[in-house]
Amino acid sequence: MQVRRASAYSLLAITLMANLSGCGHIEPWVKPYERSAFADPIMSADRNPASSSYIDHVHEVREAARGASGSAGGGCGCD
Amino acid sequence: MRPTTYSLLLLFLSFSAFAGVLPEDRIDVLYHRYDGGGVKVDGPSVLIRKKLNESVALNANYYVDMVTSASIDVQMISGASQYKERRVQRSIGADWLRGKTTYTASYINSDEGDYIADTMNLGISEDMFGDLTTVSLGYSRGWDKVGRNVNHHLDPAFGQKNADHQSWRVGLSQILTKHLITGLNFEVQTSEGYLQNPYRQVRVCDLPPPNCTDYTLEPEVYPHTHTTNAASVDARYFLPYRAALHGNYRYGHDTWGIGSHTFELEYVHPWRSWTFEVGGRYYAQNAADFYADIFPFSRSQNFEARDRNLSDFASYSGHLGVTYDFKLPWSWLHGLSINLFGDYIQYKYNDFRNPLDRSLTPFEQPLYDVNAYVVRFFVAGYL
Repeated sequence: MQVRRASAYSLLAITLMANLSGCGHIEPWVKPYERSAFADPIMSADRNPASSSYIDHVHEVREAARGASGSAGGGCGCD
Repeated sequence: MRPTTYSLLLLFLSFSAFAGVLPEDRIDVLYHRYDGGGVKVDGPSVLIRKKLNESVALNANYYVDMVTSASIDVQMISGASQYKERRVQRSIGADWLRGKTTYTASYINSDEGDYIADTMNLGISEDMFGDLTTVSLGYSRGWDKVGRNVNHHLDPAFGQKNADHQSWRVGLSQILTKHLITGLNFEVQTSEGYLQNPYRQVRVCDLPPPNCTDYTLEPEVYPHTHTTNAASVDARYFLPYRAALHGNYRYGHDTWGIGSHTFELEYVHPWRSWTFEVGGRYYAQNAADFYADIFPFSRSQNFEARDRNLSDFASYSGHLGVTYDFKLPWSWLHGLSINLFGDYIQYKYNDFRNPLDRSLTPFEQPLYDVNAYVVRFFVAGYL
């Protein structure tokens, strides 16, 4: 039942995204030339990928919580 | 056609073409070390990301855990002996940029002798609304093979058990102001099959409480299904004097009755060729419905666990990091950074007692806690 519900959520999200992608006429309120802060490496969510995936792994194998970290991981039996 | 397959097909057909950005070319060589609670894990990790052309980038990672464990569980079950094992994880992946849509695919294999896990990940992200918004979707499927070692050999009597995993991810990243970007993530993970640890055991009272003076051990029994829902919100703010503040909150809930909260805060401050970072993290969860530190009598419940990861606990961690960046004149390597990060983590368990002092009754034994140190030292080369 949970798997079916998750598939339904996926379908809903996909449909929403497909519809949103057609809405190209919204005027950006932050112009491209005003976005220099986001190009600075200190603002990157993926600044050090090998290092950040390691510390995520350290927490994940010692806690019950999993997911919603914005990235995909692999499985292991490590605990 | 199964709903999952149908979802994936729709996912790959429902986007029109725009332009995004591929990850930068880099190679990371990292040494990692965890030391806490009688467990030491260290090893290397090597990550390579390289663009083939303007629209395709590949990545590969080789990661090793060298484990020496005399954890409290190992000491309780097998006396004072420690065990050593090695886990090797290999992954390959690709990003394909088509207009403003990025498709990603990766495959991960993890092998530690008695536990082999294969995971396939698919993802898609699209920039929209003048590139202020990025929406991403992801799907993962994992196949685990679980064995049990006896005297360094797989136990034929145990055989091989299987565990299958699936996950669905939805993410939204939104630029709100010239200095603030926020994100929302939601993920559902389901697991089916053999989900317990074949070595871990539960404690059972020798006499029903309140007369319990000592304990015996029995194998754990877990449910064969597990579904987790998790949602997170994060924000990144660029401070006026060129520094960054990152915050994150995650809430999780699962079908085993565990609810969890995670708060993270990080401050990043560059100065000349140096970058300093400091951060803190707080995590708390309640126990699974079928967890107990000690059970009143043998098989008092259908499902029984004494995994402290499923117990009521909180962890507090602090993080310090320093990076030094070099600019290099070569076309094949235009930059290098040397990085040293350290983390201190304290785990405080509210219903998991230290079982080793058997002169005390199980209910008098002290609550357990772990102080752990994590070190990451790595060199990153920018190609």
